[in-house]
Amino acid sequence: MKIAVCIKQVPDASTVRFDKEKGTLVREGVESVINPFDYNAIEAGLALKDQVGGEVSVLTMGPPQAQDAIREAISLGVDNGIVVSDRAFAGADTLATTYTLAKAINKLGAFDLVICGKQAVDGDTAQVGPGLAVRLGIPCVTCVDDLEVLEDGRKLRLKRMCEQGYDIVEVELPALITVLASLNIPRVPSLKGKMRAKKADIPMLSAEDIGAETSKVGLAGSPTQVATTTVPTFDAKREMLEGEPEEQVDALIGKLKEAGIL
Amino acid sequence: MSKVNYFLTEEQEMIVDLTRQITEEKIIPVRAELDRNEEFPWDIMKDLAQADLFALYIPEEYGGLGGGTMENCLAVEQLARGCIAVTTTFAASALGGYPILLFGTDEQKQKYLPDVAAGKKLVAFGLTEANAGSDAAGIQCTAVEDGDYWVLNGTKQWITSGGEAEIYTIIAMTDRNKGARGATAFIVEKGDEGFSFGKKEKKMGLRASSTRELVFNDCRIPKDRILGRRGQGFIIAMRTLDLARPGIGAIGVGLAQAALDESVKYARQRVQFGQPIISFQAIQHMLADMATSIEAARALVYAVARTIDAGEKNFSKLSAMAKLFPTDVAMKVTTDAVQILGGYGYMQDYPVEKMMRDAKILQIYEGTNQIQRNVIGQALNKEYAKEG
Ligand SMILES: Cc1cc2nc3c(=O)[nH]c(=O)nc-3n(C[C@H](O)[C@H](O)[C@H](O)COP(=O)(O)OP(=O)(O)OC[C@H]3O[C@@H](n4cnc5c(N)ncnc54)[C@H](O)[C@@H]3O)c2cc1C
Ligand SMILES: Cc1cc2nc3c(=O)[nH]c(=O)nc-3n(C[C@H](O)[C@H](O)[C@H](O)COP(=O)(O)OP(=O)(O)OC[C@H]3O[C@@H](n4cnc5c(N)ncnc54)[C@H](O)[C@@H]3O)c2cc1C
Repeated sequence: MKIAVCIKQVPDASTVRFDKEKGTLVREGVESVINPFDYNAIEAGLALKDQVGGEVSVLTMGPPQAQDAIREAISLGVDNGIVVSDRAFAGADTLATTYTLAKAINKLGAFDLVICGKQAVDGDTAQVGPGLAVRLGIPCVTCVDDLEVLEDGRKLRLKRMCEQGYDIVEVELPALITVLASLNIPRVPSLKGKMRAKKADIPMLSAEDIGAETSKVGLAGSPTQVATTTVPTFDAKREMLEGEPEEQVDALIGKLKEAGIL
Repeated sequence: MSKVNYFLTEEQEMIVDLTRQITEEKIIPVRAELDRNEEFPWDIMKDLAQADLFALYIPEEYGGLGGGTMENCLAVEQLARGCIAVTTTFAASALGGYPILLFGTDEQKQKYLPDVAAGKKLVAFGLTEANAGSDAAGIQCTAVEDGDYWVLNGTKQWITSGGEAEIYTIIAMTDRNKGARGATAFIVEKGDEGFSFGKKEKKMGLRASSTRELVFNDCRIPKDRILGRRGQGFIIAMRTLDLARPGIGAIGVGLAQAALDESVKYARQRVQFGQPIISFQAIQHMLADMATSIEAARALVYAVARTIDAGEKNFSKLSAMAKLFPTDVAMKVTTDAVQILGGYGYMQDYPVEKMMRDAKILQIYEGTNQIQRNVIGQALNKEYAKEG
């Protein structure tokens, strides 16, 4: 099975600070890590390879330092990886991101399965997986929590979590899935993997390399603009009611009526 | 943090990073539960296997990475920061594997080591018996030749990973009247006819490690399972222990470091008499002694490990030192850690209680610390006699 895993480098939540006055993240001194759900995506790819054989490739769109994320993925056992990087990609929204990733995937060749995390912990839209599937013209199953290979790898049976429960879906490959943390427990790197990662040559592809039109990438290709960012204020009040349970219930009903809720 | 530069190679740094990651992500979150339930850490063994750590000390021609004593010490030091029961389970497999590595024939190495390197099979080392601890020459297990077979009888006691391991290296008497020269080493496999497991011990510490009896009742094994030559059993056992002891020292260093880390963190935030207790000189001095002795122990372990890796042949005294000092340090430091945490240190809610319980084993197994002193003392006597 030929598998492509999309991973994103995100700021390490444990080192991020927030500038309260400006309402923005302080990005200096913040370390980058692989988006947590993307570890599950990598693990899903590796587990499938362990089971049915094949090849796992990873790709990321990001600055040149995103090579670190690819090296880490190689230390975990993926076969190869690329960074799609170009100044022109800066400021991409999900529309431009999926365009770029789709171009890169098509450039790499045909895949049986594309795996994304459910969402990135910084951008948080959960749109890249589904958007990418549309661009690639393949079916998409989101929020996968369990996975089974059918018909020698021609099909997958997937458990997809929904608000009211779950769906069991069968999908023919090629397809794209986005995965949840509950799907698996990511493995640790191996020593042989770490050594291979250290030496690995990680190709960097530019907009031109993947044949992307500059008007469709980065800020230029992004109809969405963030106008302002504000910090939500939290002004809920808390009050402890005293007395016997009956008295407390009476007091509560009184308060709810007062507030016009009852 | 100022750190001693031990001039590790890039590969050694990788080993440290990887084992530290496993300790933080896989061991620390479950160690209290494993200890409480006396649960064998199979999941973590699978992680260590996936990480290639069982391959560390095995030569490349048998599927290993060809590392030495130093690499092994670096790995167990980091794992021991998490839990020494888990680390012992890992290290005991090397203890059981060394006799095959050092004295096995090429066929024996080909047959057993690749699975050991891949972490598919654990190995155990069986020397101790009820009446033969420090005095290993007193073992009563016997092995008798019978056509194409050896027939083993007797009981081994307190064997780490007994019942869980697939491969056992066993020392048994083949010529009782020859004393120490009458012992021979064998490879026994789980499932061999007449080989079963007895009592599983309940222990003060090291509770996630399995310590169990091995029972041989007319256990028949093919002739080619003999390791080395007939009568070489004690030499094999002693060479194995010599090679493994710096690793036990490294476990002591890791455990002591973990106890120091907990102690400093706690002392900085615990307020009594209106100030953090680290501001009291009595506490500071304890921490200073802990930190200094740990660094001295680490330097000793690394120096001895490198001496062994450089090809020194005569290292019994050195490896005894590299086990003795760090494990005494570990006992002292973990005891002091409980003292610094006070009543909280005595509670199971904090990790130092387990660390102190666990530390005690390091002064007992793989030769008690009294026996290490005997080894060192006897070596000194010999060395100075030669200088005469
Ligand atoms: C500081 C900051 C500023 C931003 N400014 C804007 C803005 O001005 N306008 C705007 O529209 N959006 C903006 N974004 C959001 C940006 O559009 C998204 O970060 C990006 O398009 C990806 O979407 P997402 O992070 O929500 O990913 P999600 O859709 O939540 O990610 C799901 C999965 O898609 C894959 N994936 C996501 N991104 C990549 C990638 N780069 N490479 C490979 N795989 C990937 C991963 O598998 C991931 O788990 C901003 C984001 C940040 C952090
Ligand atoms: C948890 C655990 C795991 C173990 N795992 C293994 C294993 O995997 N394989 C294996 O073969 N064994 C194993 N052992 C056995 C261990 O190696 C022995 O316990 C150890 O060698 C000491 O033997 P003993 O307990 O019989 O003590 P004894 O020899 O009875 O000693 C009792 C006391 O007398 C002291 N003493 C004895 N002789 C002398 C002397 N000549 N000079 C000074 N003091 C002396 C000792 O230092 C000790 O303080 C394990 C033990 C434990 C507790």
